Amino acid sequence: MKNHVWRPLLVALGLVAFILLLRVILVPDDFGIHDRGYMYGWYRSSNVQEWKNVTVKYHGSKGCQECHEENYQEVIASPHADIQCENCHGPRGEHPDNPEKLSIDRDRALCLRCHQHLPYPESARGKLPAIEGDKHHAGEVCVSCHNPHDPTQEVK
Amino acid sequence: MKRRDFCKKSLLLAGGLVLPLSALELFNPARLLAERSVPGDSRWIFLVDTHKCTGCGFCVKACKLENEVPYDANVTRTWVERYVVTKDGNTHIDSPKGARDGFLTAQIDNNHAGMKTIPEDEISKAFFVPKLCNQCDNPPCVQVCPVGATYQTADGVSLVDRKWCIGCGYCIMGCPYGVRFFHPVHHVAEKCNFCYHRITQGLKSACVDACPFGARMIGNLRDPNDPVTQVIMTQRVNVLKEEYGTKPQVFYLGLTREVK
Amino acid sequence: MVHGEFWTLKEFFVYPNEYIYWSIQIVMYPFMTGLVAGAFVLSSLYHVFGVKQLKDIARFSLVFSFALLPVAMMPLLMHLMQPLRGIEVMLTPHFTSAIAAFGIVFTTYGMIVAGEIWFVYRKFFVESALALRAQSNRSAFDTLRLRLYTVLTLGAWDISEHALETDEKAVKVLASIGIPVACFLHGYAGFIFGSVKANALWMTPLMPVIFICSAVVSGIALCILTYVGSMELRKFLYARKRSQNPALPSNEELKSVETSVVIMTSKYLVMFLILAISLELLDLIFRTYTAVKSWDILRAVIYEIDFVKIFVVQYGLGNLVPFILLLLPGLTVRRAVLATVFVLIGVFMMRWNVVIGGQAFSGSFSGFMHYSLPIIPHNLETFREGLLGALLVIITPYILFVGLANILPVFGEGKED
Repeated sequence: MKNHVWRPLLVALGLVAFILLLRVILVPDDFGIHDRGYMYGWYRSSNVQEWKNVTVKYHGSKGCQECHEENYQEVIASPHADIQCENCHGPRGEHPDNPEKLSIDRDRALCLRCHQHLPYPESARGKLPAIEGDKHHAGEVCVSCHNPHDPTQEVK
Repeated sequence: MKRRDFCKKSLLLAGGLVLPLSALELFNPARLLAERSVPGDSRWIFLVDTHKCTGCGFCVKACKLENEVPYDANVTRTWVERYVVTKDGNTHIDSPKGARDGFLTAQIDNNHAGMKTIPEDEISKAFFVPKLCNQCDNPPCVQVCPVGATYQTADGVSLVDRKWCIGCGYCIMGCPYGVRFFHPVHHVAEKCNFCYHRITQGLKSACVDACPFGARMIGNLRDPNDPVTQVIMTQRVNVLKEEYGTKPQVFYLGLTREVK
Repeated sequence: MVHGEFWTLKEFFVYPNEYIYWSIQIVMYPFMTGLVAGAFVLSSLYHVFGVKQLKDIARFSLVFSFALLPVAMMPLLMHLMQPLRGIEVMLTPHFTSAIAAFGIVFTTYGMIVAGEIWFVYRKFFVESALALRAQSNRSAFDTLRLRLYTVLTLGAWDISEHALETDEKAVKVLASIGIPVACFLHGYAGFIFGSVKANALWMTPLMPVIFICSAVVSGIALCILTYVGSMELRKFLYARKRSQNPALPSNEELKSVETSVVIMTSKYLVMFLILAISLELLDLIFRTYTAVKSWDILRAVIYEIDFVKIFVVQYGLGNLVPFILLLLPGLTVRRAVLATVFVLIGVFMMRWNVVIGGQAFSGSFSGFMHYSLPIIPHNLETFREGLLGALLVIITPYILFVGLANILPVFGEGKED
């Protein structure tokens, strides 16, 4: 080791030691091999809880029933029974606290998602009642004639 | 001289010790060969019934809002593809904005190649195929992450650590299904995670709830009474791109040869 | 716009999340590391195999290889969406990923090159430090230089015959280790692409070998080119100094040395060119013959969309033309320079055709993506992943080299090594 030849190697080892020191400082303690082994389970374990903590925005129609019983019952008894309230009105979030009101989207495009005629008779799409969006009362609002909560009923 | 030698040697020894202790974590063969499939009480799987999908796109809208992927951004955790097969044997496929707004026209959106009108009488069949992350058992995206920012949990969902991802994009290139993308706000890799925050508290994924036609279902492979498990055990289901060896856990009813 | 949307044009059916995510900087990265590896191999031809005529160019290419090293990291830092987290590759490497190898291989290689440079220049550091120390009234700048050279000696002041012989042996050892490491440095870059089963164009076991060969090709070509450039510069400088110092070699002497070095090095260039093109053609022939599922879309990309880029520029201009130029009898320096310029264009095009070509088609095999390089940036993203970002990467090694050449004597005055 007295030979000067080993000096660069010492510098190199010093660099490696520095990187390992950095590792101790910068890498979170819970980073390691978890669950599925090194290939699929090399991660920071506290991240899992971070994902579980994401806020739920959509709460489902049952949650709307409590305050909007009438609308709820109307929809449940109609051909639109399987459509969630939040599909058209947006996610409930913490309504009525935040947001105070949910949107009522009267745009034709909303209804045309299902009811725009597409010439696919054999598919599930073909079974839905449909219109030509640019021909059937083009430019008008669908809900001025059709009740979205119960499309079998006329709009009063 | 002896003292100097002693000092030098002990310094080297101390310095050398710093190395192996942290390396042990990696090179313990037992850990390396740990169970590939961890036994537990949950393994999330998904079922898509393409016979039921109408292409309404409510699933895509719900996913974007539930998971805070900007609505106007041209990326999405899930999407629906439309297949129109014509009598001359050609297959026309499109997915305008991932079907975020549904399919509002019969014209096929060929991106820069324009809109293609297909005469009604030339259509021999047409159907819709929803797609999402397959949460593969052998996820190639997890394999190629250089820093351990993406991983798979014991219950089979692959997640991305937003605080650790360096944004190299290798996982995006590594996914054969095109499911991953860069989140336009967080600037890290992003993908569908079955709404992990919902399913771990007994709710269903947002897309499952939003689908009015029951084309999407989520279930637990380890529960033999789970309706999804029963379907895949008893009915003829298929998966996407099986030849890649990824072992995808999203199963399809009605998946035909045209589907890419 | 999402990342990649600005420079990607989709045609027919492309998965909604697909864009050209790996663009110009990912083309630059293997190009720059290729130059590094190639420059080093050239330097090693002298140190390891004792090819005496390459002495001058060996010293030069060693230092240039060191100037290229930090630049090899630049495209990656410019590409990452979170560049400040780049260090994580060293902190929590996931070795199932080829990119994680970057941390180890790159650092090892850097240390080898740095070590070799130290051994080559140690005598110079010691002599410079001693000379500066002997100066009675030093300027502040000179004191700085004294400090620098003192540190660079790493405390090894012995420049006896024996010590210098030990230095030479060490250089030989490092150069020998360095060659396989340089191959690994570039082989793993090829593995990054070759192992991606999701990409039909990239997936081939030949990819690492193709990358290594074309890296060596590019390194040798660049060294010939820069060597000739530096000789021209020397001729110019000597012409001005000759009136004061008639002992300086004449233009004729310089020219004959230069020509023999260039001709010798060109032979190696031709060898590796043959190897590189054989592998590429082999890959193409196999794909054509086996015609697997992806072949329809790949055929459209290779023979229609990218035909000019692949066959005219990469194979024609980058391989065939240099062959002809270098193999025709009576090779002159001028012809060799022309050949090396074409070779470098060809190697760059190869990186482009792999990286961009691999994203020219959708994973659906039913659509295409067209790439347009951002020229005038309108935001940070189009600067980083645009023409200006690429030019910055190309220019930096020359800036660094000029800096290094001020500290280390790069052009052998004939007496020292």
